[in-house]
Amino acid sequence: MKTIQANMAGTVLQVLVKPGDEVKSGQDVVILESMKMEIPIAAEADGKVKSVPVEIGSFVGEGDVLVELE
Amino acid sequence: MKTILIANRGEIARRIARTCRARGIRVVAVYSEADQDMPFVREADVAVAIGPPPVAQSYLNIDAIIQAAKKTGADAIHPGYGLLSENATFARKVEEAGLVLIGPRPDVIERMGDKVTARRTMAEAGVPVVPGTEGGVSGEEEALAEAERIGYPVMIKASAGGGGIGMQVCRTPDELKKAFATVQAKAKAYFGDSAVFLERLIERPRHVEVQVAADSQGNTVHLFERECSVQRRNQKVVEECLSPSIRPETRERLSDAAVRAAKAVGYTGVGTVEFLVDEQERIYFLEMNTRLQVEHPVTEMVTGQDLVDWQLDIAEGKPLPLRQQEIKARGHAVEYRIYAEDPTTFLPSPGTIHAMTVPEGEGIRVDAGVEAGNVVTPFYDPMIAKLIVGGPTRETVLEKSRAALEMFRVEGIRTNLPLLRALLDHPEFVEGRYDTQLLQHFQMDGGIRR
Repeated sequence: MKTIQANMAGTVLQVLVKPGDEVKSGQDVVILESMKMEIPIAAEADGKVKSVPVEIGSFVGEGDVLVELE
Repeated sequence: MKTILIANRGEIARRIARTCRARGIRVVAVYSEADQDMPFVREADVAVAIGPPPVAQSYLNIDAIIQAAKKTGADAIHPGYGLLSENATFARKVEEAGLVLIGPRPDVIERMGDKVTARRTMAEAGVPVVPGTEGGVSGEEEALAEAERIGYPVMIKASAGGGGIGMQVCRTPDELKKAFATVQAKAKAYFGDSAVFLERLIERPRHVEVQVAADSQGNTVHLFERECSVQRRNQKVVEECLSPSIRPETRERLSDAAVRAAKAVGYTGVGTVEFLVDEQERIYFLEMNTRLQVEHPVTEMVTGQDLVDWQLDIAEGKPLPLRQQEIKARGHAVEYRIYAEDPTTFLPSPGTIHAMTVPEGEGIRVDAGVEAGNVVTPFYDPMIAKLIVGGPTRETVLEKSRAALEMFRVEGIRTNLPLLRALLDHPEFVEGRYDTQLLQHFQMDGGIRR
């Protein structure tokens, strides 16, 4: 199973996908806020979203899973 | 004033506390859960926890801060910069609570906080503003006529816009004709309001600001200018006092305009009037910052004054410590902001600082908010420290800066120190002939890999 992880600590500002969505490599799936900056997190591979374990306002650390792909 | 609550964090909270202690004033710190191990909390006489890490629940929580001030017996609140420092509602509530806010009156904060009102006030006071249409333009015909009057190149901007969205540069009437409807449509789509206005595009501007101070007896002075054109994402990275590039007569026009601006709004306290300076050294009012500025230390080094001390005098109703002719600029000073970010991509780099070495010596000042062992959290601004270097000439300052930046070490997180070191080898910066495009040119020339 592939996962999309946070590349830095931050707060989830927006979740752009939901379970069942098809995502393409390079597509933004989550927007994090870190140090007053918006950091878009993109998928690194194509796939279908299995689950999104975070929600708007969740605090995530570096390496935490944001989106699971099937 | 016997007790002052500092409604801020990091380096500026420590810097304000330093002057308070020198005056024998008791310091109250307020802090969020994320900041409990920070030096500014430990060093305060009293520290009050005001909420969880996000600023909305702590450092912007007006009621919690006023409650902390009352509980600790504070007479006054110093807001620092950012956060609540330019919030007129906060200023009013502080007054209503019977406390002194160290800053201008709430109505002045409000008037300068609104871009349209600020611009109108300044134009009426004879302070030059960027030529543009006062209100919106309704159709293409009107836009073309207005652009003729203002002079090309012009920018079409959405009245309700911000953050660069709904903006278009037009260099000819043809380009304006093409862009007009598009920008109107974008303005409608993004901001629900199709109103647009025109403003002349200032090409390759320099960002120069003037430090002013005014007391409640009606005395208003300037403390020279600061050159702030080294910027990324419209945020300053390096500041100098004095500006290395403007002519003496421009310096005079800037300080005259700034004093006129401060008088026009009945300003009290220390403040900064920001200007754009174009290639012909025409000057245009940008905005007024009604608070202490991040880069105030370069002015302090060159004038030998303590601006927080001035703020406290003014807040106590005392006259300004010096008259205009007694304020002298001696030598040169440069400030380097140390950001917790990647030096190439400018992306944030939160994490734990394992070790930190700061330079020391004559003419070297480090205002740091953190120390070894601290966690730089993702909740706040990435600036962790400022290095300020002063000396008799700009050349000696740059020489000393090279050594100081070499000595400055922060381990555990990425910082922009490599960028600052490399900038000191960039000819545009070294020669002091640069504008707000400098960092872009620097990156295009190979950036820190030079």
